[in-house]
Amino acid sequence: MCRLSALVSAEYISPMEPILALETMKEGHDGSGLGLIMRDLGGEFESLKEYPVLSAITTHDGYHTLQDYMVDKGFRVKHRWEPRLKVTPGMKIQKRDKYLVNLYEYPESYEEATSEEKAALLTRTRLELRALGEADKSITVFSFWPDVVTLKEVGDPLEVGEFFGLDKNPVTAKTVFAQGRQNTNYAINLYACHPFFIQGYFTMTNGENTAFIPIREYLGSRGVEGYVGYNSDSEVFAHILHYTRKKLGYPLSYYKDVITPLKGEEMQRRPDAAILELMKRSLRMLTIDGPNCVIGCDIDGTVFMTQDAKKLRPGVVGGVNGRVGFMSEVCGLSEAVPGRDTSNDVFPMKYDLVMVRPGAKEIEVWNQLNGSMSTISLG
Amino acid sequence: MESAERLDVNHQLGLSDLPYVIQWNDAACTRCGRCTSVCPVQAIEPGVYERRVVESTGATPLPTTVRRVGSCIKQVVDINRRCIGCATCRQVCPNDAIVPVFNPRNKFAWHMNQGGEPYKRGGRRNDTDASVLDQLKFTRISMLTDPALDAGRHEFRVRTYLGRNLPPEKLPIKVEDGLLLPDGMPFIPPVREIFPIRIGGMSVGALSPHMWEGLAMGIAYLNEVENIPVIMCTGEGGMPPRLLKSPFLKYFILQIASGYFGWDEIVHAIPEMQCDPAGIEIKYGQGAKPGDGGLLMASKVLKHIAKIRGVPEFVDLASPPTHQTKYSIEEAVAKMVTAMSMAWDFRVPVYPKISGTRTALAVLNNLARNPFAAALGIDGEDGGTGAAYNVSLDKMGHPIASNLRECYLNLVKIGAQNELPLFAAGGVGKHGNLAANAAALIMLGASGVDCGKYIMQAAAGCLGDEHNRCNICNTGKCPKGITTQDPRIFRRLDPDKVAQRVVDVFVAADKELKKIFAPMGRSTELPIGMSDGLSVSDAAVAKRLEINYAC
Ligand code: SF4
Ligand code: SF4
Repeated sequence: MCRLSALVSAEYISPMEPILALETMKEGHDGSGLGLIMRDLGGEFESLKEYPVLSAITTHDGYHTLQDYMVDKGFRVKHRWEPRLKVTPGMKIQKRDKYLVNLYEYPESYEEATSEEKAALLTRTRLELRALGEADKSITVFSFWPDVVTLKEVGDPLEVGEFFGLDKNPVTAKTVFAQGRQNTNYAINLYACHPFFIQGYFTMTNGENTAFIPIREYLGSRGVEGYVGYNSDSEVFAHILHYTRKKLGYPLSYYKDVITPLKGEEMQRRPDAAILELMKRSLRMLTIDGPNCVIGCDIDGTVFMTQDAKKLRPGVVGGVNGRVGFMSEVCGLSEAVPGRDTSNDVFPMKYDLVMVRPGAKEIEVWNQLNGSMSTISLG
Repeated sequence: MESAERLDVNHQLGLSDLPYVIQWNDAACTRCGRCTSVCPVQAIEPGVYERRVVESTGATPLPTTVRRVGSCIKQVVDINRRCIGCATCRQVCPNDAIVPVFNPRNKFAWHMNQGGEPYKRGGRRNDTDASVLDQLKFTRISMLTDPALDAGRHEFRVRTYLGRNLPPEKLPIKVEDGLLLPDGMPFIPPVREIFPIRIGGMSVGALSPHMWEGLAMGIAYLNEVENIPVIMCTGEGGMPPRLLKSPFLKYFILQIASGYFGWDEIVHAIPEMQCDPAGIEIKYGQGAKPGDGGLLMASKVLKHIAKIRGVPEFVDLASPPTHQTKYSIEEAVAKMVTAMSMAWDFRVPVYPKISGTRTALAVLNNLARNPFAAALGIDGEDGGTGAAYNVSLDKMGHPIASNLRECYLNLVKIGAQNELPLFAAGGVGKHGNLAANAAALIMLGASGVDCGKYIMQAAAGCLGDEHNRCNICNTGKCPKGITTQDPRIFRRLDPDKVAQRVVDVFVAADKELKKIFAPMGRSTELPIGMSDGLSVSDAAVAKRLEINYAC
């Protein structure tokens, strides 16, 4: 099963930290890939937060296609970051031509544009680039959004981290999601690698999404640009998050009610029972059947973990003031936040949505059954 | 020697031409007469024979030829009294002395249109091939990252919705202090949470009082004791008035069809109803006989039927093939759905049922635009009936699998797959696989399925099969007392036993559905449209249904 490791920190951290946590959970992943999303970027990115970052991998030809396309659309490169690739003997990673992390200025015509219009432009651009490079696999684009960098590559996570030179030249960030893949999709495809990103929302998941096809078809039928791809059954979790928050405008806690709705009789304890009943019927196609553990990041940077009732071995959330880890295994958490008070660790049960806001001062546990919130202060 | 003229049997049928031939054992038979008295079609009768026997008797026996007269059971060679293979005679015979045998080389099809009248019958499509539903297998076993579920111990929710689910974008919701609250009082269509296998429409007139009572009791027990919310459709022709005004009405879908039989009584009973019905089904077509209306023969219109239907006794009750007050199906659907919804103040899901057809999509698209339409029922060619022309039964209609799939995928295209539930019927459990057929249709996109013939066979021992066994439901002579109004026959059927079997069937189907869903890792929601779970070993079928091919 895939291993998940996310860190929320008050300080900028290197992505190697969650990667090292993944390393301790190695038994569970076969090293078939690493996916990284970094949000709230530091270092050279810190002063450039409003500029959208394009994270992509291209061939030489694809690189030119991409550049031409971006110029044509009026995007101007503001800044480039390139991984300092390190290929050592024995490394199994197949180096590709170009790993691209480019910051762009919006086209001039978008100077007065609303954030909605800008978001639509970024999504459309990402999808068009993806389409341009899909047939000949010359362009693979992961995200195009301000203050977010995505890196993905096939191989052992630690090796991939070193390959990208993240140990020496990291993209620092306050929120980092790392996923070590257990390949369940047979052909290793970079688009099948978590975390998945859409318009500021991202998730990574482990387990098997048995309701994948109906969910995919339902999302695909909502008429939302960007609900495409689905090389992995986990991509739908990111899109459901986007759909719940952005399209329907529901508060974050309702993500839990969408993917794992309460039973009819359980709803009665909630003040919003009448709405829950309607939601359950209307959103039936988005009910996941698991078993899945989902770690996600909301548009405002709140990181959360939740799972369905079938997920028999829960993930864990725990940490110290200013540094909280979300891990699929507790050994990862011990690696990432060694000195923490383990009595504050939270293993989310089937009704829990565990949340940590940027700054990582406290852990909030929202209980779906009665809608209450409990807070664990990290001192 | 007889004259040549007397041996000329042209223009006469022989026993070898008949579909079922009786084998009678002279030695075992004690001439009790039970078989001839139960035969529903008088295909056998007591006869006498004259036989030459050689006898040797006396002190110095000398073989002599004598002629003796004896009694026997004779099969009648009359096409109108042909043996229908029901084997009721065999069942009552204490000596196992009589049995009907299917004659595969019979010539019945060539002679059943005597007097220029095409062959009419009840029952099912006489097609013995394995149906597509039976060819579908569940091949996506959850082995990937987590073991499959335990059907016996895990918590399952085998429920579906009858009624229109608003698309989430249209839910009247506002956000206040991080809570979702109702926004205004807009129309929320009524929705019922039900078990995904329903009993399809079979009318009070078509079924005997004991059969109907048995089904109704079984349904009530399932809901109230077993907590399995199975609902049943009345078929055309109303409902016993006592039941209409009982608290059990909520387990029944009232059907309105082109004859509107029983509806005067239903509408007048509305003020006295204790609860709302589960739904209203508007029948536009029936899978077994597309393009035909209903027909209840005069002989079945006894006093109690006449009262329920609001008609005189002993008259043929023919429903026209179409709703004659309406100009087009669009108009019919729009007006009738609205009118029926209004009758119950929009508290009851109202939906049309059509026969499976290439043009189902047009009806579907029309419904998708009608905010009051609660579902669409599609009845495939393997649906059953009480009375129809043989040609309609055998040759008309569309198989349910591809029809349903096409409709579902079209709903996916317009994003209404959860908004407008599809109910599939026609051949569910045709070969005895009720739960497997239901699960296959659900994974192809049905929200639920209807069964009719299956329940008649399982709950009341209906004898019909695809070799045209029995299938005389139209004649009022049903040997099992299922489709007759003749009290001498239907009193053989014990309503309590029917009810018990109805309960058995659904309790078992509930378990079997879980046995199918568990290894596929599905338990919280019905796997509607989970087409990756299905495979078939016929490449053309796989392509048409857009599912996997596996061999
Ligand atoms: S099988 Fe049925 S129809 Fe045939 S002789 Fe026996 S009772 Fe009569
Ligand atoms: S047993 Fe009755 S219901 Fe069944 S086929 Fe014969 S006549 Fe019809």
